Amino acid sequence: MGELTRLSIVELRDGIRSREFSAREVAEGYNEAVAEARGLNAYVVETPEDALAAADAADSGKATGPLAGIPLGIKDLFATRGVDTTAGSRILKDFKPPYESTVVANLRKAGAGMLGKLNMDEFAMGSSNETSAHGPVISPWRRKDGSNAALTPGGSSGGSAAAVAAGIAPGVTGTDTGGSIRQPAAFTGICGIKPTYGRCSRWGIVSFASSLDQAGPMARTVRDCAILLGAMAGFDAQDSTSLDSPVPDWEAGLSSDLKGKRVGIPKEYRIDGVPGDINALWDKGIEWLKDAGATPVEISLPHTKYALPTYYIIAPAEASSNLARYDGVRYGMRVPGEGSLDAMYEATRAAGFGAEVKRRIMIGTYVLSAGFYDAYFTKAQKVRALIKRDFAKAFEQCDVILTPTAPSAAFGIGEKSDDPIAMYLNDVFAVPASLAGLPAMSVPGGLDKQGLPLGLHLIGREMDEQGVLNAALAIEERAGFTARAEKWW
Amino acid sequence: MSDEEIERLAPELNNILGWVEQLGEVNTDGIEPLTAVIDQKLRLREDKVTAGHIRDEVLANAPDAEHGFFAVPKVIE
Repeated sequence: MGELTRLSIVELRDGIRSREFSAREVAEGYNEAVAEARGLNAYVVETPEDALAAADAADSGKATGPLAGIPLGIKDLFATRGVDTTAGSRILKDFKPPYESTVVANLRKAGAGMLGKLNMDEFAMGSSNETSAHGPVISPWRRKDGSNAALTPGGSSGGSAAAVAAGIAPGVTGTDTGGSIRQPAAFTGICGIKPTYGRCSRWGIVSFASSLDQAGPMARTVRDCAILLGAMAGFDAQDSTSLDSPVPDWEAGLSSDLKGKRVGIPKEYRIDGVPGDINALWDKGIEWLKDAGATPVEISLPHTKYALPTYYIIAPAEASSNLARYDGVRYGMRVPGEGSLDAMYEATRAAGFGAEVKRRIMIGTYVLSAGFYDAYFTKAQKVRALIKRDFAKAFEQCDVILTPTAPSAAFGIGEKSDDPIAMYLNDVFAVPASLAGLPAMSVPGGLDKQGLPLGLHLIGREMDEQGVLNAALAIEERAGFTARAEKWW
Repeated sequence: MSDEEIERLAPELNNILGWVEQLGEVNTDGIEPLTAVIDQKLRLREDKVTAGHIRDEVLANAPDAEHGFFAVPKVIE
């Protein structure tokens, strides 16, 4: 069975269709691999029967969709009917949604099964998976120095990234508010795409910052991401910001021929303190895209340095508003407190929320308070408009933008947890595209001196997921990234 | 929050607020605050019940539900 868990989604799909192997063999292989990998702490709930049922539906010809019989891991932020959905928080302990999120329902319609729910930073607030109430995910990757230090798979979709990298899911769902798909994909040597804001329905995804939250797939290859995204995306009347436009066949549109395309290289992304390995990989990426027929052009995104502070006003503001729903009344945890209703709210939230979530609720409430609203929130929304305008201007000169995904390779668990701002800086390259709602993707480019994966980041025009996927494909074909984490778990 | 938590959190919050204050450097005169990241009109839908008659499902996750209602600590003396 070991062999089947090394195949891509394309290979699994084709093999199941041609009956070279059965979907049941695939699901059994993955269920076994999931059970063996509990030391990684990637799955918080395992649902082997769900994967087997979808496999049997595919084998018997009842399910014929594009993902028939493919078992997937689902980030714990997605509501799954009857299956624990905790968003990595104590406050949602034992919450079993009576409904299915639209994205998961779409994947099921395409024939996919579920291997289980994947660990994540609490309410998707974090870049290392250390804020999870279930404990951190351990990356399957280790440094070459022999220390065996536990590394983070990144976050917030850390369980998702670790699962794909460890071969305990062929593909997974992630969500990205300010880099939560792309940074963990880069840290673990896999692909991940955040589509244009509104492509995937947010209905049934536990809300963090509603104007930024967007779901997307993570998988080993660009083509696998194209297939998964095609199944996840689509208009949904239940999400007021869902885009009412047709979903292109991104897999059919894949082409690594970039003749006539211009690749923007933003000069503001050359920042101090970034390791030489990362800038060297960026230069290599430019060469690879040139080799594919594209022309590099230097562009300017002048408000880049203000993207993170803007994000850390807007995201906490929206979070503080969204998280007011956890009141200990309708669902989730309740701690009675000293008898009154107010005391119950206080006691429930004190016990239910972790430190990072409390930090962001406090910041968010402060920047939205009457005396400070204009100085912080309105100001940030204005700067956000300028950041969006920077991209609009840049895309007059180029078709896709290439940058590194993250300013470092994976770091050790505990290395940055005492300094919130150092942790926030991890998303310096990822956040601007989030603020502008643009499609963006991380694709593995190579390994650093310690043998850890590094990612390249492509940002596209609004609605141009195809342009992003195609440039990523051109890099994938040239990077020849075949490294896998050596199994130690 | 406990006193201990507040003691730890206060300097962290001050640091974060000090850091975001660099936005003050940006000239935003005449710039409209962004309200929708992808330009689109909010849709109106027909005013009809789309998911009614599911009281038991709605109450299924409540920490305390009685007689078909959410139960809370007494709020009226």
